[in-house]
Amino acid sequence: MEEKMNCMDKKVREETKEILKKYPPEKDRLIGILNDVQEKYGYIPKQAQLTISEHLNIPMAEIYGVITFYSRFTLQPKGKYNISICLGTACFVKGSQSLLDRAKERLGIESGEVTPDGKFSIDEVRCVGACGLAPVFMVNEEVYGKATVKQLDEVIDKYQKEN
Amino acid sequence: MGRKSIQEMEEIRSQKRQELELRVNTKADTREKHILVCHGTGCTSSKSPKIIENFRKILEEKKIENVRVIQTGCFGLCAKGPIVIIRPEDTFYAQVKPEDCEEIIQTHIVEGKTVERLLCKDIDGTIVNRLDELNFYKKQKRIALKNCGVIDPENIDEYIAFDGYKALYQVLTTMSQDEVIEEISKSGLRGRGGAGFPTGKKWSFAKQNEADQKYVICNADEGDPGAFMDRSILEGDPHSVLEAMAIAGYSIGATQGYIYVRAEYPIAVQRLKVAIDQARDYGLLGKDILGTGFDFDIDIRLGAGAFVCGEETALLESIEGRRGQPRVKPPYPANKGLFGKPTIINNVETLANVTRIILNGAEWYASIGTEKSKGTKVFALGGNVNNVGLVEVPMGTTLREIVFDIGGGIPNGRKFKAAQTGGPSGGCIPAEHLDTPIDYESLTEIGSMMGSGGLIVMDETKCMVDIARFYLDFTVSESCGKCTPCRIGTKRMLEILERMCERKSRARRFKQIRKISQ
Repeated sequence: MEEKMNCMDKKVREETKEILKKYPPEKDRLIGILNDVQEKYGYIPKQAQLTISEHLNIPMAEIYGVITFYSRFTLQPKGKYNISICLGTACFVKGSQSLLDRAKERLGIESGEVTPDGKFSIDEVRCVGACGLAPVFMVNEEVYGKATVKQLDEVIDKYQKEN
Repeated sequence: MGRKSIQEMEEIRSQKRQELELRVNTKADTREKHILVCHGTGCTSSKSPKIIENFRKILEEKKIENVRVIQTGCFGLCAKGPIVIIRPEDTFYAQVKPEDCEEIIQTHIVEGKTVERLLCKDIDGTIVNRLDELNFYKKQKRIALKNCGVIDPENIDEYIAFDGYKALYQVLTTMSQDEVIEEISKSGLRGRGGAGFPTGKKWSFAKQNEADQKYVICNADEGDPGAFMDRSILEGDPHSVLEAMAIAGYSIGATQGYIYVRAEYPIAVQRLKVAIDQARDYGLLGKDILGTGFDFDIDIRLGAGAFVCGEETALLESIEGRRGQPRVKPPYPANKGLFGKPTIINNVETLANVTRIILNGAEWYASIGTEKSKGTKVFALGGNVNNVGLVEVPMGTTLREIVFDIGGGIPNGRKFKAAQTGGPSGGCIPAEHLDTPIDYESLTEIGSMMGSGGLIVMDETKCMVDIARFYLDFTVSESCGKCTPCRIGTKRMLEILERMCERKSRARRFKQIRKISQ
């Protein structure tokens, strides 16, 4: 089977094996492994799932079940700039819904989707823990606190101009 | 480094305690100064790591000695972050920016004057010099948060200096398993995750079950949106949780513990990892702890963003590597829990109280709070309130005291409409109940619940139908899908409320909502 794989798949397989080395082949380690893979790629590639399935001796269907259960795991890559808008209660009360609506309107995508050029994606998150700065949105790891629609517009403008 | 004996622990304690006297005593006799910078999630989001870096760089450039920059956990007043405190004089600077560091060092450290413009203004307009002069702090009582904002959470010696791990060796050398459980029972400590089950009782059930292996689990899957108490404890004082888990392990006869923590809390996870490594290095976790023959170790398990995993049996499923769907109870985890073995699952805040109870005695703890709810409760105060932050108050404090005296009231001169407690499964408390003393029973009586401690204040401009829709939207997307009432019922209710918000539905539909919820 390995011969038929293209080089991207091979690379994912090798890298997943590297991650697996940190873990004993026990089934209860699945979520930890998936967390590492998600962090590395921004999603969980199919080849990674296959590799984990062989390593832990868990059927692919079960792995798929776990991935789709937990909101942190995704099957699609995110955009280069992933805009996460906090919809925790504290942010919601301070108007984060209008931020989410604005982001959707500007980028023409729904939350959980990626723009066709792969540049932006939108995520709804439940509390990033910066309630003191509510409302909050994040672009990748950077946090924007006490955010306004104007500030979100400026951030989107900045990244849209970038090639 | 390496393993420590009880005697060596005592030596570290007395030596370090003297060194750190300036952290708690404004009159400490020392030439040193400590610049404490909050390194919790809230302040980190507003660039506190950069502030720490700048301070260190400037001190080095100016070749100033006897001044140390310390990263601490949350001071509590997140609304004024990033917060910088200089000890021993205890000067409190609010909303500090990285470019303010130069001025603080020059004016405060070198010239010995206060940087007036960075001092904090209280709600009534008075300028305060010290953190504890703020109204925000006056009615608080810090037990679980005692060390948060005082010690460097990544330095085990600082924890030891403030009586860290003393409770553990007191338990291991002078108390039997039953005596520990008895002490916790007598204190009246109840589960801080929300349900309020007596902690001592939970431990005694697990102790009674004979098994070759038992487990202690710390539930740090703080899923309620707007709640960040547990995260702040883990970030500010991780060792107190580890120590309490070891004490719990001793009392029920377990040798392995797990901390199930949200992957969304990277700083907390990092602090826990550091703390576990340090505790292992000192021989406070692992084999033959402090030479007493007791074995106990702790591993971290990460969650992956599922609200339902805060429920204890769903959490067990998740640790075992499966979809986090709750199990049918009974059997309860105390009989048949993780990997089918007797297991106790305690919330972070519950555990943070354990060492204080052992050290100060059950009577002391039971003297705080109300008749049925003892001790204190930490709340994450958020929403339309001036002092957003982390507060710890004795049980029985009224909502009015929390929102108006501690929280400083509602911004922009608006009126209070409701306070939401208990997360998505809790309720909104209207103004008529503002004077209810808060404890487990009283909150249930007025239709809400204690929950884990999120307390969101809403002003008069908020639409309660919209809030109800928001929470239902949350429960629909977080439903694990196992049981029909939740999977289908919440969806139906959401549809009705959505139509209502779009003005396409009549109020009589409320009857239908009531029927579904019953």
